[in-house]
Amino acid sequence: METLLISVLNGLVYGMLLFMLASGLTLIFSMMGVLNFAHASIYMLGAYLAFTISQFVGFFPALIIAPILCGLIGAAIEIWGLRRAHQNGHIAELLFTFGLVFIIQRVVQMTWGMLPMPYRVPPSLDFPLFVLYGSNFPAYRGFMLLISAAMLLSTWLLLKKTRVGLIIQAALTHPHMVSALGHNVPRVFTTVFAGGCLLAGLAGVIGGNYQTTEPGMADSMGPIVFVVVVFGGLGSLAGCFVASIVMGMIQTFAVVIDYSVADVLRPLGLAISGDTLLTEVLTVPVARIGALLPFVMMVTILFFRPRGLMGTRDT
Amino acid sequence: MLQVRDLHAYYGQSHILHGINLDVKEGEIVSLLGRNGVGRSTTCKAIMGLVPPRGSISFRGRELAGLRSDLVARAGIGYVPEDRQVFPTLSVRQNLELGLKRAGKFGRWTFDDVFRLFPNLAARQNNPAGVLSGGEQQMLTMCRALMGDPDLILIDEPTEGLAPLLVEQVGVLLAEIASRGVSILLVEQKLTIALKISRRLYVMGHGQIVFEGTPDDLAANVQVRQEWLEV
Ligand SMILES: Nc1ncnc2c1ncn2[C@@H]1O[C@H](COP(=O)(O)OP(=O)(O)OP(=O)(O)O)[C@@H](O)[C@H]1O
Ligand SMILES: [Mg+2]
Repeated sequence: METLLISVLNGLVYGMLLFMLASGLTLIFSMMGVLNFAHASIYMLGAYLAFTISQFVGFFPALIIAPILCGLIGAAIEIWGLRRAHQNGHIAELLFTFGLVFIIQRVVQMTWGMLPMPYRVPPSLDFPLFVLYGSNFPAYRGFMLLISAAMLLSTWLLLKKTRVGLIIQAALTHPHMVSALGHNVPRVFTTVFAGGCLLAGLAGVIGGNYQTTEPGMADSMGPIVFVVVVFGGLGSLAGCFVASIVMGMIQTFAVVIDYSVADVLRPLGLAISGDTLLTEVLTVPVARIGALLPFVMMVTILFFRPRGLMGTRDT
Repeated sequence: MLQVRDLHAYYGQSHILHGINLDVKEGEIVSLLGRNGVGRSTTCKAIMGLVPPRGSISFRGRELAGLRSDLVARAGIGYVPEDRQVFPTLSVRQNLELGLKRAGKFGRWTFDDVFRLFPNLAARQNNPAGVLSGGEQQMLTMCRALMGDPDLILIDEPTEGLAPLLVEQVGVLLAEIASRGVSILLVEQKLTIALKISRRLYVMGHGQIVFEGTPDDLAANVQVRQEWLEV
């Protein structure tokens, strides 16, 4: 029971972190039609920038400065890169963001090296928030929850309660019409792209010391975020939110579940024995295939419901 | 007010408009007629900058060809597309708000005007526009464009697929628009309302203008009607 509660909280922390990344990605995709491969690279950049900045001015200023830098980098990418690549069609755009992944990775490796950074939780947040039957829940994770909830709320308010938000929502379905009504759609695109990068950067700042800040962190985060976006459904922030939380839970629980499919079938009277490939597969504990689970889910949902959970259009 | 000269447009390799010339003067209602696929909608899109135009589009002496559509709109041209394009997840009121070029900046048209003309829209102002009927969506799209206070409005097939009663409502709105000094370029396929309200008509065929004249001229010209309009 105690592990269950702690695991739910951990799943929530991870799910909210995923949502911070996935929400930007899904907004950018549904609005601009760009599948931004470099989104997780910005996440990585956010972590590295936060590490370096926090060495000079401390963690809390870095929490603000690093995401803003990421937002500015995003704006620059959109204005001087994407906008030009866009004129050459979707493939050019896709390849452009793909190229960015490698460029950012190289830059990170050249600047900070190959080894993990000693980017740590700030001492002021480095204590157990509460202890339940011997397992503790670190205060930093509580802080992560707080930050991501605040981010969620302000993004929602921005989208639903401001005029810019209204224009963004309209441009999700009919960008050309929005333009023909006299709104500067390229500027809206830049805003959304920069905003998405800011969120990704913020996720990097609070995720970099929760996980590890190292040159492979974009590669390990990227695919999961894509799965979340596809699973939640393109163009749906609500679907994206549900998918993020579900994925956070799955990822957290998969490592603590030490059962296999065969263990579940046994009480039903289905004993499995022998030495076939099927038995092999069925007796693998979930913990060992945990990393595979998200992708299996994505393929399954694409098979049965190509719009994703709550998507408004086909993938 | 609007002068289109030698307008060409392409979709990829296919050449759709072959040198269109047309004029709309201040306060005029002008109709652009023609069969399916002759390029009427493409003409509107080219004027709005939604399809890259080649040639000259001058509006009150200002060259618009090559400008981004939001700048064309800000020059004073409103656009009602044939596929309506209401924002389905947003409320009726929010759709109208998006017509405003700046928050709270009303011109000839206010929310009250719209809601007085169309009580149906008033009753549903907080519902998502996606659940409106086809006719209501048509009215909403026209009113949305009007909220931006255009001096000229391009309206693409507003009566398509509407019941006769609703066609009449469209006619009432067109008259109201004209009475407030807004010029109209109306794209239609059938002659019905076009003949009644237009001062001049153009007929298009295969990406070119094949006839220009008054409704009386067209009524008298059996050959044009048979060759380019009647099925
Ligand atoms: N997006 C597009 N890509 C390629 N060709 C197009 C596209 N849109 C229209 N066309 C072609 O351009 C021609 C003119 O189309 P347009 O929509 O202007 O016709 P129209 O006169 O408005 O008729 P209708 O509205 O009845 O279709 C047609 O032959 C059509 O097939
Ligand atoms: Mg048309």
